[in-house]
Amino acid sequence: MTYWWLILGMAAITFLMRYSLFAWPNLRFPPLVRQGLHYVPTAVLTAIVVPGMLLPDGAHWQLSLGNAYLLAGIVSIGIAAISRNLLATIGGGLLVFFLLRWAMGQM
Amino acid sequence: MSRDQFFVRGLRDSVPMLVGIAPFGIIFGTLAGVGGLTLWQAVGMSMFVYAGSAQFIVISLMGAGAGAVVILLTTFIVNLRHVLYSATLQPQVQGLPQRWRLLLAFWLTDETFAIVQRHYLVHGRTPLAHWYWLGVASSLYACWVSSSLVGVLFGQAFPDMASWGLEFAMLATFIGIVVPLLRNQPQIAAALVAGAVALLTWSWPYKLGLMAAAFSGIAAGVFLERRQPERQDDVTPNEVRP
Repeated sequence: MTYWWLILGMAAITFLMRYSLFAWPNLRFPPLVRQGLHYVPTAVLTAIVVPGMLLPDGAHWQLSLGNAYLLAGIVSIGIAAISRNLLATIGGGLLVFFLLRWAMGQM
Repeated sequence: MSRDQFFVRGLRDSVPMLVGIAPFGIIFGTLAGVGGLTLWQAVGMSMFVYAGSAQFIVISLMGAGAGAVVILLTTFIVNLRHVLYSATLQPQVQGLPQRWRLLLAFWLTDETFAIVQRHYLVHGRTPLAHWYWLGVASSLYACWVSSSLVGVLFGQAFPDMASWGLEFAMLATFIGIVVPLLRNQPQIAAALVAGAVALLTWSWPYKLGLMAAAFSGIAAGVFLERRQPERQDDVTPNEVRP
């Protein structure tokens, strides 16, 4: 039962943040803010990806060739830079990731 | 194009993301089952909260016996980036009825934001573009909820699935979104600074480092953009192919 209350609380918090600025559709932002918003996807997603590659368990640095997250992440960056194709990046990255895990006996 | 054509194009453009979201949803379902949530609680969390990374972190917090305040505060901080998404897409919901704004806000995830924002950058705002948004968002939502369900069911059959590393799917998805955006100096600087600050602050509690990294990256991008005499922020329509 407690878990359901937590789920509802999380749902309310998440929704309010997503709706926050949709609630005032006619509000205009100053130019500095509008400029900053151009960098939101790059900054936020990079801040999730980089630690995900270097600290895959969220607690320990893994700067080694045995870290499939790091190696497959670098390959994915290469695929994305060359192909600029989302499906090739996700599909190719996952394939390389699981091949590496399998080859390193981590599966 | 008609409403239906916009909607179908949205469904179509969402397909690459499904390849990344489905494994992520499956691993969430598995972990939630292992972490002590019932099938309906796990699926209900995906249905009502619908925020992948927050759900993952909360599952591990629940497993560690964290209190409700910590869990809700963590949800707030991990999802703060959605305020930025809301602000970025806000000009596009001007003039849309309230029920549309409510629905599109509920479905505003990282992936939906990335696809929809690119659509508006490339095509500008057209009168029926929200049908495209609806197509993208409904497809990704259906995928997340159903893959979470599959994960709970599979998790019971394959208890070690949590260690397969399916969460790499999220990293590959975000890499596929970000790399094509890095086409000028300010964007590259934003990525480098955000990545570096994220590594320096990873041990901060409640994922506060994520917000520190995001704001540092944004500041670096704006700083460089303002130093450049001409704007390099033009978007050409063939930057990314879905």
